[in-house]
Formats: sequence, structure tokens, C-alpha cells
Amino acid sequence: MSIFINKKTKLVVQGITGRDGSFHAKQMKSYGTNVVAGVTPGKGGSKVSGIPVYNTIEEAVAKTKANTSVIYVPPPFAVDAIYEAVDAGIKLVICITEGVPANEMMKVYQYVKEQGARLIGPNCPGLISPGESKVGIMPGTIVKKGNIGVVSRSGTLTYEAIWALTSAGMGQSSCVGIGGDQVIGTNFIDCLEAFEADRSTKAIVMLGEIGGSDEEDAAKYIKKYVTKPVVSFIAGQTAPPGKRMGHAGAIISGGSGLAVDKIKALNKAGVPVAYSPTEIPQLIKEQIKLKAEKAKAKANKSVSKKTAKKVVKKVAKKKTAKKK
Amino acid sequence: MKIHEYQAKQIFAEAGIVVPAGDIATTPIEAYDLAVKYNKPVMVKSQVHVGGRGKAGGIKYAENAESAKVLATQILGMDIKGLTVKKVLVTIAEDIISESYVGIILDRSTKRPVIMVSPAGGVDIEEVAAKTPEKIFKLFVDPVEGLKSFQARNLAYKLYRDINQVRKAADIIMKLYKTFWESDASLVEINPLITNTGGEVIALDAKMNIDDNCLYRQPAISAMRDLDAEDPAEVAAREADLSFVKLDGAIGCIVNGAGLAMATMDLVKRYGGDPANFLDIGGSSNPQKVVDAISIILSDSNVKAILINIFGGITRCDDVANGIVEAIKQLQPEVPIVVRLTGTNEKEAAKILKKVNLPSEDTLDKVVKKAIELSGIEV
Repeated sequence: MSIFINKKTKLVVQGITGRDGSFHAKQMKSYGTNVVAGVTPGKGGSKVSGIPVYNTIEEAVAKTKANTSVIYVPPPFAVDAIYEAVDAGIKLVICITEGVPANEMMKVYQYVKEQGARLIGPNCPGLISPGESKVGIMPGTIVKKGNIGVVSRSGTLTYEAIWALTSAGMGQSSCVGIGGDQVIGTNFIDCLEAFEADRSTKAIVMLGEIGGSDEEDAAKYIKKYVTKPVVSFIAGQTAPPGKRMGHAGAIISGGSGLAVDKIKALNKAGVPVAYSPTEIPQLIKEQIKLKAEKAKAKANKSVSKKTAKKVVKKVAKKKTAKKK
Repeated sequence: MKIHEYQAKQIFAEAGIVVPAGDIATTPIEAYDLAVKYNKPVMVKSQVHVGGRGKAGGIKYAENAESAKVLATQILGMDIKGLTVKKVLVTIAEDIISESYVGIILDRSTKRPVIMVSPAGGVDIEEVAAKTPEKIFKLFVDPVEGLKSFQARNLAYKLYRDINQVRKAADIIMKLYKTFWESDASLVEINPLITNTGGEVIALDAKMNIDDNCLYRQPAISAMRDLDAEDPAEVAAREADLSFVKLDGAIGCIVNGAGLAMATMDLVKRYGGDPANFLDIGGSSNPQKVVDAISIILSDSNVKAILINIFGGITRCDDVANGIVEAIKQLQPEVPIVVRLTGTNEKEAAKILKKVNLPSEDTLDKVVKKAIELSGIEV
């Protein structure tokens, strides 16, 4: 089990003949992802690493029944590629491209929602469900199959955290990079909801950073709906206000989006925040233990209540028996 | 990208939004000449990329040309929040009857542009939002449908009662929304939007930020970039295609990936140091980028040690190692460098680095501690 992608994922690669597209198509295929098609207008009929290339997504879907698409096309054309994929009936679109205009994203976000599809990214490393499927650019070598769900706004920071987990013997159910832009298709809450529902996920790691209020919103959601242990990390405590820290979305503006506020909100929701990615495995162990103890205490309580009731009943029975 | 007030006013004026006449001066004499030309009292306004210019003494009223010259002498060269004033806008002073606020930004949680208006203009809008949020009115616009006339009019009614002024303000809001889209802005703001004694509605100030991702299709706005108003190291970094932000600490940081770069800086702080910069060399692993990155960091005399933290995925550690060797050959740095190269091709990288005998560590925490130790700063 996993979230969003699995063994049933049939992938079409948009921009497969480009430098990044061809390299990662090969990487994904050798990881074991079922890459069924590629699309580059004008290159239909050719092959990349044995993957058939089509001129349009419509054709690729008709011929291969692809159900997921990944986008490596340059920023000026990335939004059009999202429209094309959704229009062809693809329900899961992952946009890796960095540098996509934010205002166009607002429009296409609305379209994707209306069509009942899911967009992950843009400006994201994609996702991986170890042992099942890999879509995007995450290195398959650092992951290990297991039961920790990872969701992150970042790329290499995610790898660092995954590596810390794998090194500690803690495998992952799915790792999702949601992207570092201001307007993204899938947010923390969407992933938390999916991980909560996924039976193979036992604990969740959420890697956030400065800018926006997604972490604060996620904290509220966790408090209300998430029963599984969640551990977090927030990057950018030393970031100055008003400066874009690499990611378009990583900016403190008008006194909001500060790391300290996010950490406070998460702590308030009972989520511990690691000071370093390397501290994450230890925090997960503690949280799992804590939850188990709580569950045990709860179970004990209800058991003692039940036995108490039984005793009362027995006593009552005895009394009636005596009367007889 | 930020542009100056005078540049934003040019764009507003082209869109048909009324702004006071004005022009730019880089010397007191030029300021004097402009005031003479207008033959009216003027405002002398510093042009720097920072808020709170008025409070810092960077905006002054001049009764006549002589006074404009004196004030321009004071303001030019002035330091406002670390930025030196190199230009002033000399603009006709208006009689202000009322001041309000109009702004449009991209709202991240709703993924829509939000128009904000407030009758409490002329002051810091974040302060208004914090103290009297009931004085701010918001409209989240459907990005596909766009702004309708009645919506703009309803917003204008929050600012004015007089129907003529409502119409003028509604017209300005419509034009501002159009400008927001056509200029690929992430923020447009008029604070204050004023009415004068003649009943006119005028944009007395103008602020615009442009989405960096759209600069490729905004050549006119890209050309407005004022290199003088930016840190030279940041300019050099952009030319080298590096994502860089200068800070005040002693530990130079070179990292791949923005999130990991921030996490590395945070750990420097946690272990008792202060980061000198944010620097993301990006996903590609061109050795020249590493050379440029080290060179930019070395130009900061505060730097006492450089730490290089790479988690190789697409970025290949051997490419980065080659860049480091090349940089040491070319630049012969005196400050210590400590590296951690892990992931793709790390073994090859270790071999390459043997040539230059650099201290290296295998984890994020260790490399940060080592850099602080080598910097010699007291913890």
C-alpha cells in the first residue's frame, strides 16, 4: 500500500525527448515504474529507452491507457501541458518543472479541481512509493520500503530526511514532494488525509519551510483529524524577511510565514519539530511509543470499567439469586 | 523582482491611472531644476527597495525649489535600512483631503488574487490589519472569470460616498487589476490613494513586485531592474545562475537545494555560528557553478569558514568535487573549507578531493560543527 502511486500506475512522460525528460524516463523505468508512453509534439513514432513516443497525450492515453502523467517541459509550456493531460482524462498529474508563472497556476489549479483531477507540484521532485513506483526525480537508491509517510515542500532536504530514516532502519510507505512554489496543486493537508487513510502508513514526517501558512493549516488539521504520529521539520529559521530563499514560495512577507510561528502551531497540535533532519527518526520512535502507551492506558481504563460493570452485575445477580 | 515607485507609476500611468507629475533626480541640482519646472511645492521621495521610507526620513515636503535642493542633498546618500539612496523622485505635492488603500496580491491559500481596500490609507497596512482588521475589505477574485465592474464598484463604495469619486475609484481598481495580470505582478499597491481639493482620485504612491518566473516575457519590466539598488554579491550570483541571499554571519554556506540550504543555515545558528549567506547551486552540477559560488562567498570579508553541503541526487558529487578543486587552484582561498558530499558518485568525489586535502565529514550535523570550529569564532 502507498498513496497516489503504486504498481497500477501507468505513466506517460510529457517532454520525454528533452534532456531532463529522457534522463528521468530511463531512471524511472529502471526503478520499476510502468512507463507506458512519452509525449513530444513532432517526435511521435520514435522511442526513448524503449518507451514509445506520441505527438499528443490524447493519442498516448488512447493507445496505452496511461493514468498518470509527469511533466518535464520548460516553464513557458508547462501549464499548457497540465491542461493537455487533464483534458485527456489523466487524473494524476505531477509537474516537476521549476519557474512556472504563478498567475497561470491560479487558473489551471481551478481547471484541475473542476475536472476532479489531482496536480502535484509544480517545482517539485515528484513522489516515490518504495518497491512500487517512482514518478519524478527522487533518487531511488535512498528509499526503503516501510511504513513512514513523508511529505515535503523541498527536494534535497527531503532526501536528507529520507536518508536519515532509511539509515535508522525506518522504511517509507510513500514520499511526496509537493513543491516549493506559491501556488501548488496538492498541499500538506491533502497528503495528511491520504496518509491517515493509508493502512500501510504508521507515522508521518512533514517537512515544511518559511512562507505562506500551509504548515499552520496542517497543524489545525492534524489536531482534528490525524490519529497517526506526526513529526515535523521547518527550514528557514535564520531566513531574513522579504527575501526569496530559492523557492518562489519561501519568503517571509508582511510579518507572516515565519518559521517560529509554524513551529509554535505544530507544537500546539502535539507535533514535535526536529532541530535537524537527523533527529527525525528518534522523534518518530518517541511518538510511536507515546501513542502506544496512550492507547494502552485507554484500553486498560475501558477494561477496568468493563470488569467493574461485570462485578456489579454479578453482585446484582447474586442478590436476586438470594432473594429467590 | 521589485521595481521603484517611479517605475511603477510609469506603468500605472500607461494603464490610465492618475498619478501626480514627477521625475527622477540623482543630484540636488536636478531636483532643483525639476521643482523649478513644476513651479509648485513638491515632494522629494527616496527611491529604495524598502518599506517605511517616510518614517526613516526618506520622504520630505519642499515648499520651493531651493528647499527641494536642500532636501535632496540630505536624502541622496542617506542610508535606509541598509540601502543607500541613489535616486529621488521629485513629484508635485497634492492637497490631500482623504487617504485610502488599494492593493492586490496573490493569496496562497485560496489560489486567487485578493483585492484589499481600506479607508485607512497612508499608513502601514499591516498595522491596520493587525489593529483594526474591520477596516480592511477583501475580495477574492475568480482568476478565470476576472474582476467584474460591479465588484470594483462595491469595493469603491467602501472608500467613498460621493458617486463621482466611487466611479473614479472603481475605474482605478479595474485598471489596477488589469495591470496586475498584464504585468505578471505578484503585488500591486496604491498607498495612499487620495482625493484632492479638486475632487480628483489620485495614486500618490505606487508599489509593484513582479513574479520572477514571468520576467522572460516582460522585457520592458526586466529592463527596469536597478542593479545599483542591489547587493553586488547578489547581482553577481544571479549572473552566475545561483540563488543567493547575503547575510551577516561568518560561515559561508554552499548547498544544493533551497530547503537543505535553509536547514544547513539553521543548524549553523543552532551550533553557535551565524550563516554568512543562503546559496543554492541548484540541480545541475556544472563545476563552474561551484567556482563562482566560492568566489562570491570569498568576496565577503566577514566569512571565516566555508561549508559545502551536497546531497547528490541529480547533482553529482564528483562534478562538485571537480569544481572545488578548480576553485582552490584559481582562487587560492585563505579561509578554511570543509565539505560533505554524499549521494550520487560520492566515492569518486572523495578520490578527487584527496588532491586538495580538504577536511571532510559524512553527516550534516558534523560538517556544520566542523565549519564553526574551523572558523575560530567563539561559541
